[in-house]
Amino acid sequence: MGINQKTGEMGIVTTKLEDLVNWSRTGSMWPMLFGLACCAIEMMGAQASNYDLSRFGMELNRASPRQSDLMIVAGRVSRKMAPVVRQLYDQMPDPKWVIAMGDCASCGGVFNNYAVVQGVDEVVPVDVYVAGCPPRPEGLIHGIITLHEKVKKEKFKDWA
Amino acid sequence: MTMNEMLQPVVQSLQERFQAQPAEFRGEVSLLIAPEFNLEAVLALRDEFQFEMLLDETAVDYWPQNEPRFHVVATLYSFTRNVVIELRFPVDGNAAELRSLVPAYPSANWKEREIWDLFGIRFGGHPDPRRIVMPYEWEGHPLRKDYPLGYEEVQFSFNADQVDRHKRYAKR
Repeated sequence: MGINQKTGEMGIVTTKLEDLVNWSRTGSMWPMLFGLACCAIEMMGAQASNYDLSRFGMELNRASPRQSDLMIVAGRVSRKMAPVVRQLYDQMPDPKWVIAMGDCASCGGVFNNYAVVQGVDEVVPVDVYVAGCPPRPEGLIHGIITLHEKVKKEKFKDWA
Repeated sequence: MTMNEMLQPVVQSLQERFQAQPAEFRGEVSLLIAPEFNLEAVLALRDEFQFEMLLDETAVDYWPQNEPRFHVVATLYSFTRNVVIELRFPVDGNAAELRSLVPAYPSANWKEREIWDLFGIRFGGHPDPRRIVMPYEWEGHPLRKDYPLGYEEVQFSFNADQVDRHKRYAKR
């Protein structure tokens, strides 16, 4: 690190505005602080020091949907919980993304019965599905990286 | 029958007054009592025999083997005597009803709401007879044996497109 970088004279970088915005969106994508079942334990593990989600700028779990960009549905969604999940999603400001973490959130998993929603994609639009019961922290991180790749390809005209 | 000597006078008294039928299994005593007497029997246990605590109130559905199909089960505990007694009230029918135990034990409130929610047994005189577990607009009572479990077709690779066509996806 030279003296001119310390003083802030880092030269000029040219890029597209779209790339800059998408880069900053992936670099500070804050998940919402909520877990529904055992997958939430793996999500906590992914955020703790061993796997350390903050490497991807995601160390902040916002306790309010108003401040979060990413909803990680970690666990099975019961029919009674479904309207709550939808309301939380509606309260999140755009741009927002959803990861269905684990088999239960993706497709109902082993709970094929009247009480559990068969896939949270019936309630909120899902961007990335992560398989596993529950997925290991590596699995969740892989899902998040996949989402980051997806976000980097997004176009402004699709949001408009 | 080698019943706990603390329980013997209790069982005798309830047999005489409410025609209770006692049964014992591995030291646990249960009394089958007609549902008309449920509040009286519980009040007698509370006021005369120091059963201070309602440990649990629940129900069992014996459909289709048994008639009447439901047993409402109340488990009482006495700190003074250190004994547990189980009362069973058989009730029948699709609109099964018996009196609430809330006047005797306020803690029966939520337990009876749960029994109403999951078994559809009404409690007369209950102060707050709403559902407690299922959504309020839910139809049916899921822990009844004749309630359909519910099943959605599982999506495998051979029928993925077919299931995909009728699956309702949420919109943004």
